[in-house]
Parts: sequence; C-alpha cells; structure tokens
Amino acid sequence: MESLGVLLLRPLDTYLEQELDRRCRLLRLWDAPHDRRGEFLRAHALSIRAVVTGGGSGAGGDAELIDALPRLEIIVCYAVGFDHVDLTRCRERGVRVTNTPDVLTDDVADLAVGLAIDAPRRIPHADRYVRAGLWKANNGYYGLTNQFSGKRVGIIGLGRIGLAIAKRVEGFGCPRTRQQAYPNYTYLPTVVQLAAVSDGLVVACSPKEQSRGIVSREVIEALGPRGVLVNVGRGAHVDQPELVAALAEGRLGGAGLDVFEAESDVPQVLMALDNVVLAPHMGSGTRETRKAMADLVLANLEAHALSKPLLTPVV
Amino acid sequence: MASAATGAAKPGLLLLRRTDATFTAALRARFRVLDFYASGAPLRAFLTAAAAEPDPPRAALVVAGGAILVDAAFLDAVPSLGCVVTTGAGVDHVDLAQCAGRGVVVAGAGEIFSVDVADHAVGLLIGVLRRLAAAGRYVRAGLWPAQGDYRLTSKLSGKRVGIIGLGSIGSQIAKRLQAFGCAISYHSRAPKASVPYRYFPDVHALAADSDALIVACALNDATRRIVGRRVLDALGPDGVLVNIARGGNVDEQELVAALQDGRIAGAGLDVFQNEPHVPPELRDMDNVVLTAHEAVSTEESRADLQELMIGNLEAFFAGKPLLTPVLRP
Repeated sequence: MESLGVLLLRPLDTYLEQELDRRCRLLRLWDAPHDRRGEFLRAHALSIRAVVTGGGSGAGGDAELIDALPRLEIIVCYAVGFDHVDLTRCRERGVRVTNTPDVLTDDVADLAVGLAIDAPRRIPHADRYVRAGLWKANNGYYGLTNQFSGKRVGIIGLGRIGLAIAKRVEGFGCPRTRQQAYPNYTYLPTVVQLAAVSDGLVVACSPKEQSRGIVSREVIEALGPRGVLVNVGRGAHVDQPELVAALAEGRLGGAGLDVFEAESDVPQVLMALDNVVLAPHMGSGTRETRKAMADLVLANLEAHALSKPLLTPVV
Repeated sequence: MASAATGAAKPGLLLLRRTDATFTAALRARFRVLDFYASGAPLRAFLTAAAAEPDPPRAALVVAGGAILVDAAFLDAVPSLGCVVTTGAGVDHVDLAQCAGRGVVVAGAGEIFSVDVADHAVGLLIGVLRRLAAAGRYVRAGLWPAQGDYRLTSKLSGKRVGIIGLGSIGSQIAKRLQAFGCAISYHSRAPKASVPYRYFPDVHALAADSDALIVACALNDATRRIVGRRVLDALGPDGVLVNIARGGNVDEQELVAALQDGRIAGAGLDVFQNEPHVPPELRDMDNVVLTAHEAVSTEESRADLQELMIGNLEAFFAGKPLLTPVLRP
C-alpha cells in the first residue's frame, strides 16, 4: 500500500504512526497550524484516499471532512466507537468505515471492574490519604468502606464488553447480572427497574443515539444513596449535571467514571468527592491492546489497498 | 458481684481493643467488661489488676495488628484465661504454642474477611497494572486537559498470577482472577488436593513464572520475608507485587530498592513493616498503590465480625466448641 495516501488526524500512537509512515504515503493533519487546516486539506485533497481517526467525541470523520476529500475511500478508526464518523455521509459517498472491536474488550472490562471495586472500596482515596501522610497523622486510622463482592450488578448494554464485565463480576459472587437491551425509543422504564434492583450499574453500551441520556435522573434516584454508577461507555449516556448533583448531595452513593460529557473536562465538584473514582478515558489504554488495535488498523488498510475483504467493517 | 437468687454473675471479659458504642453495649449486656483502653493503665498493671479480682476473667478479646501481643508474659499475668478471641484475619500476634501449652483456646475471624481481602487484592492489582490511582491523581491535578491522554499501562487479563498462600483468602483471589482469564499458580507448604492451579514448591520458581505475585499467606517463622531480593529479581522488571498479608512477609528495604531501580514494575501494598509508617520513597512513585491496612475494613465485615466474636465468647462460656477456632499450624 505504498501509494496509498493516508491522512492521520492527530497523533495516536507512535508505533502506528511509524508503520503508516513506512508502509503508506502518510500525511499528518497537525503539520498544519490550526487556522490553516482548510488550506492543507485543499492542497492534498486529491491524494488522500484514507483517513485514520482516534476515538471519543471530536475525533474527526464528520461530514465537513468527508466533503473536503473527493478521493476518500475509507475511514479507519483506531477505536471501537465510531460515533464521531458521519456514517450517513459515508454511505452516500461509498466510503468504507472500520473500527477495532474485540481486541480491546478485555481491557475495557478490566477497567470497568476496577472502577466497580474502587468506588465502594475507595482504593484511590486511600492511596491519596496515605500519600498525604494522613494515615500516620491519624495514628493508623482509616474508616470503613463498603463491600463489593456479592452485590447486585446491573449491566446496561450486554454486547462484547458488557458480557466480559458480567463474566468477571460473577467471579465475585455477584448474583446473576441482568442485562438491559434498549429498543428504539428514548424513555425506557425498564432501565429504572434495573436500577431499582441493583446495588451498582455499569454502563457498557455502544454510542448510539437511542442511548443518549439513558442514565437519567429517575435511574439515578432508583439506584439511590447506597448505589454506585460505573461508566465505561460514553459520557453522553449519562445526564451528567444530574449525576454531579446527586453525588454532591448524597442521593447517589458513589461513581467510577472513565468517560465524560466533554472530555477532558471533568466537573470540579466530582474532583472534590472521595466516593468518586475518576479516570481519563483509558479503557483501552494498555500497551498490549493499543498495539493490537494498531495492527488491526494497518490490516484493514492493507486489505482495502489490495481490494480484499475488510477485517472489521462498520460500513 | 454474684447475684445468688437470680442467677450467675456475668462472666468477666478482658477487652483489649477499641470498639464502637453499639458493640460495647452488646458486650456489656452479656459480660462483665474490663476495658483496657478505657482504663488508661499500662498493660502489665491492667492485667495484674484483673488477675487479682475475686472472679478473674477467663476470656480476652484482643485486637489484631500487633499492638498487643498475647505471649508468655501476657498469659502468665492472667492465669485464669482459658480463651483468647482475636479479631483480625491474621493471628501472628498470638503465641499459639504458648496458648496450646496452657490449654488456652484461641478463636479467630475464620473466613469472615476472606472475600473483602480478596476484593482488595484484585483492586490493588488492577490499580497497579492499569495505574488507576495514579490516573485519578492525574485527573484531579488538572493534567488531562493540560497534558492530554494518560500514558499507556499494562493489561491484566490473561496475565500469569502467582499466589503465595492458597488458604481461604488465596483461594478467593484465585477464583476472581480466573474470571479475568489469568493463569493461576501458587506456592504453599504443601500442594492442595483438587485445586486446578499449578503448584510450585519453590517460591522463586513461582515468581520467575509470574507476571504478578500476590502475597496471601499468614506471617510465621517460615514466611517472614518470604519475598526478598531473590524473589523480587525472579519476578523481574515487568512483574508486579501485591501484598495484602503482613508487612513482615516482604523485605521492605529490598522492595523499595527494587522499585527505585526498576527491577520490578510496580507494587500494590496494603501492609507495611512498621505501620502506619510508609517508606517515603514509595509516596512519589506512580507505579505503586498504597492503602491503609484496610483490606478487611468494610461495614459489612465489621458487622459480621462483631456477631462472630460474641458467638465465640458465648460458646466458650457455655462450655461449647468455639465457632472459629484457630489451631496450631
């Protein structure tokens, strides 16, 4: 694929970038200063046949970009979520889209369980307490936390990641977890019911429009002052202002959050709470998995270049 | 004082741990409590005074963690003692041989804490491999918008886990990590019948074959500093250590040096040699998770424990077998 013109929207991974540089004709969007990106795209439009994006909100792949690249054939996402790509426009233009499912399932599930343990057991809080010298200053005192094992865990979204989470929490004696699949409308009374019978909810659904705000005020209230919310899906799945208020007011027992409404913007209120565990969208952020994701990106590009079936197409 | 008409006096109980109001009330409802911490007296004086009473106490409820040692001197001071009830997961503060020699029965916490300690061990392991605590500090320091994505970390699923000590706690840890696709191996004095995990008679060989080494054994003469320089070197620069057992199981100086030199990749520690003192070098490291000897400290376990302690004491005073006796190893 040496002649394949590939546009990389932002630095993602050193190994991936090196391989793209070595095996394709790589263009880096960030070589142009912000205010001259339009110019850059115009200058290179005819040679760009592939775009590589990351994940998360604002990762690129919107209609504006697609329209600026008349020779675009494929958008390859270094991510499992592809909500940042305008699929409708892609279909209209015949642009293929791929993502990186499966290779990151274990990592995201591991992190979800880590957050689910850390929220009631407050491990990161204890770590800050010890580092601040408070364990010594308080003569060896540290308070009581809450048990994790055996608690009722409700998983919203029982896809690959949700199933992997379910398998792990069952090893902790958590009763058979329930799944909540969401049909094609916004108000879902049964998610409220799931919250009412759960000690903890884990949001692991893929970023579809129907799941926006699925964890509403009603769901948070049903979860209650001893309930815990873990989110490894998308910030948009949760009514964030409601979540923040509920945590601050003690109407919700705790939370473990890897994703936020607008990353990397984490509300100050959350940072001050001891019963909240915060992570910077690192669900798939291990060396092992990122290499596997990069290899999958490269394999999809190569398949495309050789007119072979794509490995993990979305469109 | 005996109440001749209405029944026997409440049996005397030495109380050598701090308790909350509810539990104290529950104890006082059943026993005549001699409260060490409330007395303000030095230990020796307190014990001597108790032994000198007309109806000296036959049972003692002691805290774990080494603050009070139930050794020969303790037992000599109160010869009336027939039962010691301890409340921690470990019994290294009780001289079991001395107790056995004097016919003093010992009750422990049984398996009450195993699940909470196992959960904590898994939490520490995820925390050190995935840098969850460090990443939390990164977010709280405002570094996510300023410096971008957090650095890449290390995957847990599928890693090789070596557990030192496959007792109740070690078994619960193994069961949990199996669900993460980890390959479980273990070291203990002798192989356990019908467990599906690989046994290593040599702890160094276990470390050499592990990506993560978890210390879950009791502290005794055989296991003091079982994790020393050689084991750490065998674990290697990509390996991590988790300790939810006793600080004394690990050579702390060697551990700090190994972390400083990068000879191991990280550690998750709930226990230390000289609590609550934590080596200051560890406090600056991002590849370390430090917690305050609290693996057992959940509200749920605390409630269960109080029930169990009273159950053991009542059994002893009724001449029945203890609910959770600790036997000499």
